[in-house]
Amino acid sequence: MSEIANEIVNAELVEEKVLVRVENAVKHFPKRGGLFNRVIAKVHALNDVSFTIKKGQTLGVVGESGCGKSTLGKVVIRLHELTSGKVTFDGVDISTMSNSQLRPIRQRMQMIFQDPNSSLNPRMTVETTIKEVIRLHNVVPESEIDAHVDQLLQKVGLRVDDKTKYPHEFSGGQKQRIGIARALAVNPEFIIADEPVSALDVSIQAQVLNLMMDLKEELGLTLLFVSHDLKVIDHFCDSMLVMYLGNIVEEMPCDDIHANAKHPYTRALLSCNPITDPDQRGELTILEGEVPSPYHPPAGCPFVTRCPLKTTKCETENPPLLDRGNGHRVACWEVE
Amino acid sequence: MRCKTHLIQNTFRNSIQIVNDNTTQSDKPILKVRDLRTSFKTGRGTVTAVDGVSFDLYPGETLGVVGESGCGKTVTNKSIIRLLPNRVTIYDPGSVVDYRGTNLLGLTESQMRAIRGNEIGMIFQEPMTALNPVFTIGWQIEEALQYHTDLNASQRRARAIEMLRLVEMPNPEKRIDEYPHQLSGGMRQRVVIAIALCCEPDILIADEPTTALDVTIQSQILRLMDGLKEKTGTAIILITHDLGVVAQACDRVIVMYAGQIVEMAPVRQLFHNPKHPYTKALLDSMPKPGRSGHQKRLPAIEGTVPSLFDLPDGCRFADRCQHRRDKCEASLPELVTIGEGTQESKARCFYPIGDAQAVGEAS
Repeated sequence: MSEIANEIVNAELVEEKVLVRVENAVKHFPKRGGLFNRVIAKVHALNDVSFTIKKGQTLGVVGESGCGKSTLGKVVIRLHELTSGKVTFDGVDISTMSNSQLRPIRQRMQMIFQDPNSSLNPRMTVETTIKEVIRLHNVVPESEIDAHVDQLLQKVGLRVDDKTKYPHEFSGGQKQRIGIARALAVNPEFIIADEPVSALDVSIQAQVLNLMMDLKEELGLTLLFVSHDLKVIDHFCDSMLVMYLGNIVEEMPCDDIHANAKHPYTRALLSCNPITDPDQRGELTILEGEVPSPYHPPAGCPFVTRCPLKTTKCETENPPLLDRGNGHRVACWEVE
Repeated sequence: MRCKTHLIQNTFRNSIQIVNDNTTQSDKPILKVRDLRTSFKTGRGTVTAVDGVSFDLYPGETLGVVGESGCGKTVTNKSIIRLLPNRVTIYDPGSVVDYRGTNLLGLTESQMRAIRGNEIGMIFQEPMTALNPVFTIGWQIEEALQYHTDLNASQRRARAIEMLRLVEMPNPEKRIDEYPHQLSGGMRQRVVIAIALCCEPDILIADEPTTALDVTIQSQILRLMDGLKEKTGTAIILITHDLGVVAQACDRVIVMYAGQIVEMAPVRQLFHNPKHPYTKALLDSMPKPGRSGHQKRLPAIEGTVPSLFDLPDGCRFADRCQHRRDKCEASLPELVTIGEGTQESKARCFYPIGDAQAVGEAS
């Protein structure tokens, strides 16, 4: 009897650790046109996507343009509404909440955007930008706001006297630091970073990644890190989702992705990713063809048009994302 | 302007043969850049974006030019083909861009037009903006042929289809009448490459040709460019910020920093035995797959590139360099040759990273 009770307690503990749970998320973007502006086609941006993020975990999402990785980030924070499915944040279903109900939860989840040039208002000083979010969420009393801003700027490696400057006075890496400071201003628990280092040079990219790594440890943040760059994801994240045409094709821990990757698309991505040593040149396997149109995804497996392992079964049936143990899930008929 | 019609009227394979016999393995550089110094007139005074760049380009090789934004890699190459705005650009009188015995910097605009696209082809970063959205891709390939060759309309069309086939465009007879918006990013970049290569240039300048593309498409395009280089013997200057692309596609590499070459070396030498601290720092700061111990901090290069308006007297990398000594801040080092044969590098550093240290790291 007590064992059963223990199990229940354990199950609850495990349950408690999950911060974000996405269940069967589907997102279609309608394309309108023709007579009466009817819906003439749908982009299948997310196709039955389910995953969880545990507290303190960093989950990477990797894939090519149009695979739905940014949409995934945006539906989690509800910048996009789901077509169907459910997003749970800390045990609360947020997918049906109204905007006013959502506001206190939005304070706990923040976003860092790809392009710091377009995500900062060019007419607002750094100080105004950061104070706007602080006031909106009433994070600290008005009398402490200035001290809070100074502290944030120092935390992200900017100088305190930078706060009266406008975004154009900063370099790309510094602008991204401002974006990070703005996200951290409301003391969030969960951060969605959508390609935060893609617009930056390699040496600056390393600085920003290091900063994010430090802040993550210092503040105990949970992160959803979206990137097209497998090397960055592998370096930064605990585990990753590989997406292709709106589907998760593989989920795995980032321990030894070269040894563990099973899905033929992940294997191709690994091999296509620019090598770091000219001696590895011969080992490339290059995928033929291109990603099919998301308006008309293939009937079976989304990867069937380019897959080197495809069989007739793949053309008609979409393989389920099956658990292979140790947090490794693969959607492929040909993988044992 | 050399008439290339005879070459083009041959079958493509024959012309490949001709080019190959003459040029591959040749020791004579096809392009010699000497002390190139390009300045711009700006509201804040004159700024020198490229400061004393010298290099040779040999037939049939891929020369990588790598560096961070603003290091002068694009300006160097736009100076070679003179695509910078005349009104604000000043080329130093001592600068020489020697192409087949002619200094390109001394040519008139109309002489230059005969060289651009014909002798020196170009591929730009963003294939959508490089193509004209209101003309078919066939028209755009034929436009270059019409200007530079004597082919008639049907020959030009045949040649355009042949070029599309060469860049592995599926279904070229149908695709030739399509508009750029009907093509994907990778296909558009193939069209841009077809335009650049249709007059069989001796030199192809590719400015970040794969930056706007996905990794799987990037690999396809790099492989395509490599294959075309093998077939035609065209020398390629590949400008990129991505060391991964350099590792994958280049034979020799130039590393630029704040308008100057800081290191020039064969690709293996550069990756296995970098001499300049900046090159080494760049290589180290790349996230590498399989790096042991996750969540490890990347060895970042602290600080930022100095402003071109306010350059230090000494080494331009000094304030970010971990090996800096007093001499580095006092005077600017020259680009000196280190090692010989396949081990030869050139580095602009008073204290280049020693062989002993590099060997110690490899073990």
